[in-house]
Amino acid sequence: MSGPETGLAAPAAGSAASPRPPAPRGDRLVSRVARVRELGIVVALGVLFGFTGAVNPAFLSFDSLRDILLNSSIVAMLAVGQTLVVITRNVDLSVSSVVGLSAFGGALILADHPGVPIPLVIAGCVLLGALCGAINGLLVGVAGVPALVATLGTLYTFRGIDYAWAGGRQVNAADMPEGFLSLGSASVSGLPLLALVALVTVLVVGWMLRNLPAGRELYAIGSSPEAAVLAGIRVRRRIIAAFVANGALAGLAGVMWAARFGTVDATVATGKELDVIAAVVVGGVAIFGGSGTVYGAALGAVLLASITSALAVLRVDALAQTAISGALIIAAIVLDRVLALRVAAALRRRRYRDAT
Amino acid sequence: MVDKPPALALRSVSKSFGAVQALREVSLQLYAGEAHALAGENGAGKSTLVKTLSGLYRPDSGQILLDGEPVEFHGTADAQRAGVEVIYQEPTLFPDLSVTENIFMGRQPRTGLGRIDRPAMRARAVELFGRLGVPLDPDQPARGLSIADQQLVEIAKALSRSARVLIMDEPTAALSGNEVARLFRVVKALREQGCAVLFVSHRLEEIFELCQRVTTLRDGAFVASDLITDITPDDLVRRMVGRELEALFPKLEAVPGEVALTVHRLTREGVFTDVSFEVRKGEIVALAGLVGAGRSEVARAIFGIDRWDAGRVEVAGRRLRPASPSAAMAAGLALVPEDRRQQGLVMDLSIERNIALAGLSAVRRGALISRAAERDRARDWALRLQLKFSRLSDAVGVLSGGNQQKVVLAKWLARKPSVIIVDEPTRGIDVGTKAEVHRLLSELAAEGVAVLMISSELPEVLGMADRVLVMHEGRLVAEIPRAEATEESVMAAATGRSAA
Repeated sequence: MSGPETGLAAPAAGSAASPRPPAPRGDRLVSRVARVRELGIVVALGVLFGFTGAVNPAFLSFDSLRDILLNSSIVAMLAVGQTLVVITRNVDLSVSSVVGLSAFGGALILADHPGVPIPLVIAGCVLLGALCGAINGLLVGVAGVPALVATLGTLYTFRGIDYAWAGGRQVNAADMPEGFLSLGSASVSGLPLLALVALVTVLVVGWMLRNLPAGRELYAIGSSPEAAVLAGIRVRRRIIAAFVANGALAGLAGVMWAARFGTVDATVATGKELDVIAAVVVGGVAIFGGSGTVYGAALGAVLLASITSALAVLRVDALAQTAISGALIIAAIVLDRVLALRVAAALRRRRYRDAT
Repeated sequence: MVDKPPALALRSVSKSFGAVQALREVSLQLYAGEAHALAGENGAGKSTLVKTLSGLYRPDSGQILLDGEPVEFHGTADAQRAGVEVIYQEPTLFPDLSVTENIFMGRQPRTGLGRIDRPAMRARAVELFGRLGVPLDPDQPARGLSIADQQLVEIAKALSRSARVLIMDEPTAALSGNEVARLFRVVKALREQGCAVLFVSHRLEEIFELCQRVTTLRDGAFVASDLITDITPDDLVRRMVGRELEALFPKLEAVPGEVALTVHRLTREGVFTDVSFEVRKGEIVALAGLVGAGRSEVARAIFGIDRWDAGRVEVAGRRLRPASPSAAMAAGLALVPEDRRQQGLVMDLSIERNIALAGLSAVRRGALISRAAERDRARDWALRLQLKFSRLSDAVGVLSGGNQQKVVLAKWLARKPSVIIVDEPTRGIDVGTKAEVHRLLSELAAEGVAVLMISSELPEVLGMADRVLVMHEGRLVAEIPRAEATEESVMAAATGRSAA
């Protein structure tokens, strides 16, 4: 076939042979906004705070905001870890059990052996979490068990170990050293320490995901596992690493839980995995992997905590609150989706205009 | 250059999958500065050979030699380190990541601290596309790129790794004429820089234009390795099929009947504009144009996958409900899509399940699906299309490309459509199967089915079509009757040089 040299450009290619004329200012904004997937959730947060604050200004008070931050920091932390896993087209349902195990283990050691230095206990809990994550990672990455099934199994296993270990025992605040409990309530220039820890985690993990090759490889694996193999990415190793990191963060979240609530038994954090996954999804992380950020996931956690607080402030019947927060989660996702579609349509129109 | 050991060679390599012997004692020598063609029908073992060279498969026996030294590739990373790069037939990109990230995934340029140097990475991507002569947006996500553009990203990726051995598995299958010409310029330049190129193609004219040497496989076995100057295209075809080939385009004469499909002023904003045409019973109408001209998009809209913004579609005079594939199917339309792996088949399902999928009501007994009816239907069509398979219950993914295409055809033909739209029906399938598909389309037309065929292969368009419609940048720019259709007239319209 002998083709002539000219006229290659076609609309779908999105680029004509001649240089593209500069887009009008509004279009540049549209395209920039299009790349910020977290926009929808920020808008949802704005709507929620605007409405609730209008009804009851106390919702916007410093103390109230501080409480929301504190309430969302543990879930935000877990959402960051979960994002690492979900990006690779996997999921970890066992995080709540890891939190429970770590919280109880840490509390027990502090209660029974007051002499053990607190940093050592924290490190031990993180290590315990990482170990649990490694088990998940091996099951998924090496044994090839689908993540949903593997982590559902470990959800029960880890919780069961927790029950057996506790044997019905409860560790109370009075049993733990004051120095440890103060970590849960301390503030650094007005910001709760726990929120600060979560914030640092979000920033560090977010930076790593964006800037380190290993981070980009997680996205690549979730976006197309076959292509990841062809690109020479060590897929197994990366998936295991994602689960280990998630486990370690869950371990850390467990200690934070013990420090914040003071009363710890074997049922700690039961059911929390669903809050975490809801936060991740609300935060715009694609459940089938390949896209999303930890910033979005953390914002998702804040939004969920805000909804809970707002419903209380608005004096919504406590019995109806769960159903209403579910409905609001769906509303947030729909809002996000509608925004994304409108932006995509705007981009499509613009491409066409550029091409003709 | 023959004095030097080949840059990459296979020595008596065998590989089998279960009972299927995919490669039997195959040898091959790729020399630096030489383009080497790999020819053979589908199922001949070409893809297996490519995957062996790229480290994806380990040979059961035999050796891979790099510069004359035996090596073992444990995975693609090893092969890449040795400078062996593959451009696969179906692009394998990360849809969520940008074009730039796709090119550099796994080996991004870094600053100190191991951080990815994004500005440097982007600049190198722009430079690569400059070398290729294509102004692709490096920040665009790979999702939504046409297959031709995805292919260009793949090529940029291989170029960026300064490959010593470049393996191209059907790189031209989805490219238009001038894209092929441009690719050939790039390949020739690489060759002159001392690269060894293995070029897998079904297009004989490309093999003869580009390559110095050709190795032929048949049924997994080595047939011959010739200097291109020593053989003729007819010799090559005989080596590939082991028999004389029947006429490539067995077009039966058909008298067009009444209008079966009417498309009137169809427009989808930003995609195609004001497209009008008719297809009559017994007619094969080709929809030609460059990749990205909007042909597949028109087909998708007609079949109701995408919504149209204006215009109408009529099947046998009755107006079709927009955006409803089930309405289109009920009206007697069938669409054999361009991308059979993604859109045409469920790769993990069995052959029989795939064939039955578009006509579940026909294999239903009460509320349940009858396995027996499903199997009967599949067997009938498998026989009629001469499908090569071991068991109907095998996953369709294990079949070769040509046989997969037959399964997609069987799936739709089993519904007895009155209008069938085929999008690139012979892309990436071998010469023998190609002729079978052509004969089948011709028979269908003779039986009174209206056929709309989208094709980027001009010989196929000219050989098969009663009429040729040509699209350019989203508009229908020409309608050329069979007698007047030539490569020149179609290409002129497709490139927008003659506004008809």
